[in-house]
Amino acid sequence: MGLLDQRFENSNVFITSMDNLLSWARLSSLWGMQFGLACCAIEMMATGASHYDLDRFGTFFRGSPRQSDVMIVAGTVSLKMASRIKTLYDQMSEPRYVISMGSCSNCGGPYWEHGYHVLKGVDRIIPVDVYVPGCPPRPEALMEGLMKLQEKIRAGSLVEKKTA
Amino acid sequence: MLTEFGRVLIFLIVGALFVAIGLFVAWILRPHRPYPSKLATYECGEVPLGDTRVRFNIRFYVIALIFLIFDVEVVFLFPWATVYKNLGWFAFVEMLVFLGILFVGYAYVWRKGDLDWDKPSPKIPIYEQGIGVREPEVQQEEIEA
Repeated sequence: MGLLDQRFENSNVFITSMDNLLSWARLSSLWGMQFGLACCAIEMMATGASHYDLDRFGTFFRGSPRQSDVMIVAGTVSLKMASRIKTLYDQMSEPRYVISMGSCSNCGGPYWEHGYHVLKGVDRIIPVDVYVPGCPPRPEALMEGLMKLQEKIRAGSLVEKKTA
Repeated sequence: MLTEFGRVLIFLIVGALFVAIGLFVAWILRPHRPYPSKLATYECGEVPLGDTRVRFNIRFYVIALIFLIFDVEVVFLFPWATVYKNLGWFAFVEMLVFLGILFVGYAYVWRKGDLDWDKPSPKIPIYEQGIGVREPEVQQEEIEA
């Protein structure tokens, strides 16, 4: 069936209410996928721990891509890891979102010029929704990235965008 | 008027409806975009290799069987210990017989070499005549080799 696969031409009160409900449900419980790649993962763990408490956004980390909504790519994506990340992203169920955390996964970071083993930006293999700059970003920055993602989800709609 | 079991029936029906309606609504709403990579077995991003059936060493089964026997023995010992004072010598002798039977089995397993984990050395019987006659000297050499 897949109502969420549909795109509607015109909006009505039913579709907009459904939009609001679904967006609210999605952004209120963004379950993250539990994996870290490098030092950014330490900051991500700090964000999830009691001091910064990511749980109050409804985010907590799951051990399986089947149960997760957002993949936080925290750290250096080496070429060896890149194919695994692609597979993990593939195995997440829709709707799925990606936060690229830190310079390394944004663009290669300090490995930009001479990193023979580093993927120059995770957006070369998977679509990224939010980029969080920093090396590594502070937990506040990651939380802001998450809030940006929530804004993006809130703005999403089942109605087709009118191109003028 | 409902009987007690009637209430249980209503519980069962409501429970089944709860699950069915939830699954139905999810089926209406959810995106359905399957493709091979998504449907593949989750192996932490690795390409899944081989079958999910893994063969264990047969010796695990022997150890598991022996463990089970002595596990059950302990299970029988607990109620025995509870009523021991009431039954007196009769219970004591009975349990001694039970333990004795199990001990014979234990000695048998030990003698057969099934408890040797590192290197099993099963005792192969040597027959004087009939099928499977072997020269004792050859047998001795095989064991040493």
